[in-house]
Amino acid sequence: MSSQVMAREKRKSLDENDVILEVTDLKKYFPISAGIVFQRQVGAVRAVDGISFHVIRGETLGLVGESGCGKSTTGRTILQLYRPTEGSVRFEGQELSTMSGNELRQMRRRMQIIFQDPFASLNPRMTVGSIVSEPLQIHKIYSNKKERQQYVEALMEKVGLNPYFINRYPHEFSGGQRQRIGIARALALEPSFIVADEPISALDVSIQAQVVNLMEELQDELNLTYLFIAHDLSMVRHICDRVAVMYLGKIVELGPVDEVYDNPQHPYTQALLSAVPVPDPQVEDSRQRIIISGDLPSPANPPTGCNFNTRCPVRFDLCFEEPDPPLIEARPDHFVSCHRVT
Amino acid sequence: MSVLLDVKDLIVRFYTQEGTVYAVNGVSFELEEGETLGIVGESGSGKSVSSLALMGLIPSPPGKVESGTVMFEGRDLLTLKPDQMRLIRGKEIAMIFQDPMTSLNPVLTIGTQITESLKLHEGMNTSQSRKRAADLLDMVGIPDAYRRLDDYPHQFSGGMRQRVMIAMGLSCNPKLLIADEPTTALDVTIQAQIIELVKQLKDEFNMAMIWITHDLGVVAGIADRIQVMYGGRIMESGSSHEVFGDSRHPYTEGLLGSLPRLDSSGEEKLTQIEGSPPDMRNEPSGCPFAPRCDVREEFNLEKCWDQRPPLETVADDGGDGTHVMSCWADIREGVAENV
Ligand SMILES: Nc1ncnc2c1ncn2[C@@H]1O[C@H](COP(=O)(O)OP(=O)(O)OP(=O)(O)O)[C@@H](O)[C@H]1O
Ligand SMILES: Nc1ncnc2c1ncn2[C@@H]1O[C@H](COP(=O)(O)OP(=O)(O)O)[C@@H](O)[C@H]1O
Ligand code: SF4
Ligand code: SF4
Ligand SMILES: [Mg+2]
Ligand SMILES: [Mg+2]
Repeated sequence: MSSQVMAREKRKSLDENDVILEVTDLKKYFPISAGIVFQRQVGAVRAVDGISFHVIRGETLGLVGESGCGKSTTGRTILQLYRPTEGSVRFEGQELSTMSGNELRQMRRRMQIIFQDPFASLNPRMTVGSIVSEPLQIHKIYSNKKERQQYVEALMEKVGLNPYFINRYPHEFSGGQRQRIGIARALALEPSFIVADEPISALDVSIQAQVVNLMEELQDELNLTYLFIAHDLSMVRHICDRVAVMYLGKIVELGPVDEVYDNPQHPYTQALLSAVPVPDPQVEDSRQRIIISGDLPSPANPPTGCNFNTRCPVRFDLCFEEPDPPLIEARPDHFVSCHRVT
Repeated sequence: MSVLLDVKDLIVRFYTQEGTVYAVNGVSFELEEGETLGIVGESGSGKSVSSLALMGLIPSPPGKVESGTVMFEGRDLLTLKPDQMRLIRGKEIAMIFQDPMTSLNPVLTIGTQITESLKLHEGMNTSQSRKRAADLLDMVGIPDAYRRLDDYPHQFSGGMRQRVMIAMGLSCNPKLLIADEPTTALDVTIQAQIIELVKQLKDEFNMAMIWITHDLGVVAGIADRIQVMYGGRIMESGSSHEVFGDSRHPYTEGLLGSLPRLDSSGEEKLTQIEGSPPDMRNEPSGCPFAPRCDVREEFNLEKCWDQRPPLETVADDGGDGTHVMSCWADIREGVAENV
């Protein structure tokens, strides 16, 4: 059976009340400092500017948007790798934003991250075996060395790496294999939730499908929940159950993938989807593109009113006034933040 | 239409401390006036090296163009002296790269950089060239162009820098524009702006274009012809309708199958190509795709390992002979031919 069919059946079998993660009004501002001797704060980058969403156990929520819109910061702030400026992150019923370092360390066993760059994210001086088993050592699981090695070998097997290579170093592996090492390490502590931050962007096209298929298989087998951060909108449609579209630190649209892709409501989502090229000349020849002019404004100085009002093809008076449009349920389960959509 | 560029048997190698890199292993293709060729392939497949070679830009050492001819308007570019080549680059053939920041000089204003080439190639004076530079920036959609001539590259966004590169590339009305992943570093809405711009300018200037990318979607919309590269060789080439709609090579087929589609909810699991791209430090004797090829496996094609399949017209190509591929099997026939 194809995994997409399974994904849909899985979606049906998801328990919509089993919320694994609940994010409310989350903000992360980075201070901008000036001065050489006396640093003083002169402003703030509003990387994440008040976002709310939830994730159901076992689903994959996609987070998309252009570079700098706050996707990675969202992922890291959820995991408390950055402490939030404001707002709440509840994971498996517990509030993370107020937890102390020690409590957090225990929680981290349940939440892991996979990074974009498999080259930069692995310590070049450690063998695969020690990279994968490091989290086990930190959390003092398997004090017996033999048992630990067996566990690591089993993990390597699970992600499609030959355990024979346990003593090799990262540079001896290809990009796709390195990403498998990153996945094995993330799985070592049997997490329930994984933030995958552009896990395939640095990989060759022919390797991307390998890693995505692996992630899908592991999800089915281990009932994992993913926050899948990506800018490849085609891949997001394939792998995700729901998708959140970010623009300048805010979620502008959120809903089931097929619903959002087939009926995008926000002018930015519409432009974004229409900009993605499709590998089919017949489709491309007949496609109408919405070209939005201009660049992304700086998150240090976002526009007053709707964040998209500097580029929006359908803006009107109200868009320049405070408050900015709220995220409302425009269609069943489909949320949009735009004054044009009611 | 007449042939503008005729590349034959191009072989390029790099002699490095870790051994010889067999970067381009016998590449031949033609480009007609006004035609757009899309070269696709994964990282390391030889796309950039083959286009750098025809511009005379292979760093040497360690690189060496071992053989080949590149006929452009009756001359073999590979036999030209460096200063003759410099006159062709920029004037007749322009090139734009992935990262405009590395090709723009950070300490010179945008205006200085554009006018330099206008003065060199078109013999303009300062005020003429500034006027023309501003017109060019205006044409590529940079607002307030005349004033921005005095800005430095870092004062422009990534998309605007790429527009500046395009303006510079087009400044002398080239006959051929080579664009090497010009939109890869850009966001998708900015990429759409640049593609739209280039399409429109290409018609206006009646240029031929080579567009290099690893993104099959990007070339589907702009290329007349597609050339798929792997391991320093051409695997398949044809009109974009032939290559996307009627692909015959197992590698092309595999690549297309591994791509999810934006425009369908994707009922199927992605078909994956097993293994990883080849190590270019090995001299390939047979088909470079053999270690990963499921067609070879299914039909037990032993000759794939040690005999190089020639680039030949596919069966029932539709008559014009332009759909070619390099494979011992024809997957559309479902059989291995000539085995
Ligand atoms: N200066 C160099 N010295 C040594 N090897 C090189 C050099 N330039 C390129 N190569 C090698 O030549 C081969 C082909 O490289 P090329 O840059 O053409 O790939 P490409 O298809 O453009 O890939 P990408 O998509 O990553 O740009 C690769 O194996 C590469 O490592
Ligand atoms: N550690 C940091 N310090 C200051 N600014 C940051 C930091 N991390 C991210 N930013 C800024 O926050 C914004 C959002 O960044 P990021 O979350 O990395 O975006 P994305 O992942 O969507 O590309 C950007 O403007 C970025 O430059
Ligand atoms: S609120 Fe106004 S500016 Fe914002 S997206 Fe909607 S129409 Fe455009
Ligand atoms: S020549 Fe053989 S190995 Fe190469 S693509 Fe064709 S069938 Fe596969
Ligand atoms: Mg990021
Ligand atoms: Mg290249």
